[in-house]
Amino acid sequence: MKVRVPRIAPSEITPQGVYFSRRALLAGALATGASSLLRAAEAPPAQGAPLSYTANAQYSVKEPPNKFEEIAGYNNFYEFGTDKDSPSRTAHALKPRPWSVKVYGESEVQGTFDLEDILKGVSLEERIYRFRCVEAWSMVVPWVGFPLSTLLARFKPTSRAKYVEFTTLYDPQQMPGQRVRVLTWPYAEGLRIDEAMHPLTLMVVGLYGRVLPNQDGAPLRLIVPWKYGFKGIKSIVKIGFTSTQPRTAWNVAAPDEYGFYANVNPQVDHPRWSQASERRIGAPFLAARRPTLPFNGYAEQVAGLYQGMDLRRYF
Amino acid sequence: MTLTQRYRFIYKPLVFAACLLPLAWLACGAFGWFGASLGADPVKELEHECGKTALNLLLLTLAVTPVRELSARPQLLRLRRMLGLFAFFYVLLHFTIYLVLDLELNFATLGADIAKRPYITIGFTALLLLIPLAVTSTNAMMRRLGRRWQALHRLVYVIAILGVWHFYWQVKRDIREPLIYAGILGVLLGYRIVRARMRQRSAAPAGARAVAARAAELTSTSQAVARPRPLGAANNPQ
Repeated sequence: MKVRVPRIAPSEITPQGVYFSRRALLAGALATGASSLLRAAEAPPAQGAPLSYTANAQYSVKEPPNKFEEIAGYNNFYEFGTDKDSPSRTAHALKPRPWSVKVYGESEVQGTFDLEDILKGVSLEERIYRFRCVEAWSMVVPWVGFPLSTLLARFKPTSRAKYVEFTTLYDPQQMPGQRVRVLTWPYAEGLRIDEAMHPLTLMVVGLYGRVLPNQDGAPLRLIVPWKYGFKGIKSIVKIGFTSTQPRTAWNVAAPDEYGFYANVNPQVDHPRWSQASERRIGAPFLAARRPTLPFNGYAEQVAGLYQGMDLRRYF
Repeated sequence: MTLTQRYRFIYKPLVFAACLLPLAWLACGAFGWFGASLGADPVKELEHECGKTALNLLLLTLAVTPVRELSARPQLLRLRRMLGLFAFFYVLLHFTIYLVLDLELNFATLGADIAKRPYITIGFTALLLLIPLAVTSTNAMMRRLGRRWQALHRLVYVIAILGVWHFYWQVKRDIREPLIYAGILGVLLGYRIVRARMRQRSAAPAGARAVAARAAELTSTSQAVARPRPLGAANNPQ
């Protein structure tokens, strides 16, 4: 069954006050404009509109979260440049509304869905997750989102759907970093279907209770807390169900350095650097380095997914 | 004012101050002076900026010879030692930040990194190789070592290659910046190879010399390159 959604979503004509305050959006846009003018003065990243959500303590770590300025000012988002501070400076070019997501592949429901349709009926929750970058730094982030499983279930994947693949927007006008072929654009990522359906796997739309800043992957990004950060694909425009393992951007770029699984694993080093420990961003001087935990501390919940697998081979 | 006085009282203090500017800028960032900031990961910023400043100064040091020869300003040599020593200073800072702020004095990790991580192995090698050059940079050491001084200080070519390689190897994906460094280093080292060849040729028998002279006529730069360098200038900065 194919579902076609009209191109002009009702929300484009009538703003949904509950989810989006137009005034806040406008203020945000103005602040973004101002921050690009005041770049030298290091204006803090603009705050998005507030979201309504419930805190999910069960899925939250007790560690203190990083500051908003750190999470929204220190980003690997090569679509906006390869320096950590370039996304926060250039991501204002991205237009996260209107936005649609194409669903295809081995599922009963397919088609192009407006973001508002995707978010309709989902209940947003805040989860404070550890975030471990493959570069051996880490943060603690209060994401706002919903389990990916609830979204995927709506598309009714068939028995042939063994993997889910995700694609980032490709538009060098909005994403100036794509003019340089640092990676194969558009960025692509993928999960095994059981990883995608795991309750910890989160579709993120917000940060610190507000709409996700562009540089963190607005309007829709993936977070898989037991995997290295690059698995958390940003600004998603396509979700596909496949029977074979999808190609993923970093794996294509350097297959010996970045695997498909990319589970956080202190035992398996990156060929060029150690993964045994990490530095927590924002921690005090001389007290920032800490041991890296297997599966980023989520082993109890996810180790079972990889039973019997050689994690050195499937890194 | 004589040339020596100008160098002593004007140019050298100016270069000294300029070499301290990157450190001053990092200090502003670290302490938040003048609204400067090192960003969300100040340790990495300090580490990388000191490393890059060391590389910049190393390349500047290597640029002294071509510039003084091509511009016919042999006196520029008087600045080279200071540039080289500042390169060493920033390499030491880079290493200290890595050991103290990044590894937090975990010597076991330091040992493992040096042994197992090729980019750290070559970076550390470059640091070790710089030590004898810094130690023998004084006038007294130059006199004592005589001709061997120059042979020893040719190590700087190896050090520069290791340094750029160290930079290239630790970059995750965007290799444009290390490639720029490699390109500049290639030009600086290539200049020396070309110059050595030209000299060899001009020292060759008359027939070959005529060919070399003809070649030198054809391009103005090769004329400049072929200009005989004042002997002993390299070992005698004063």
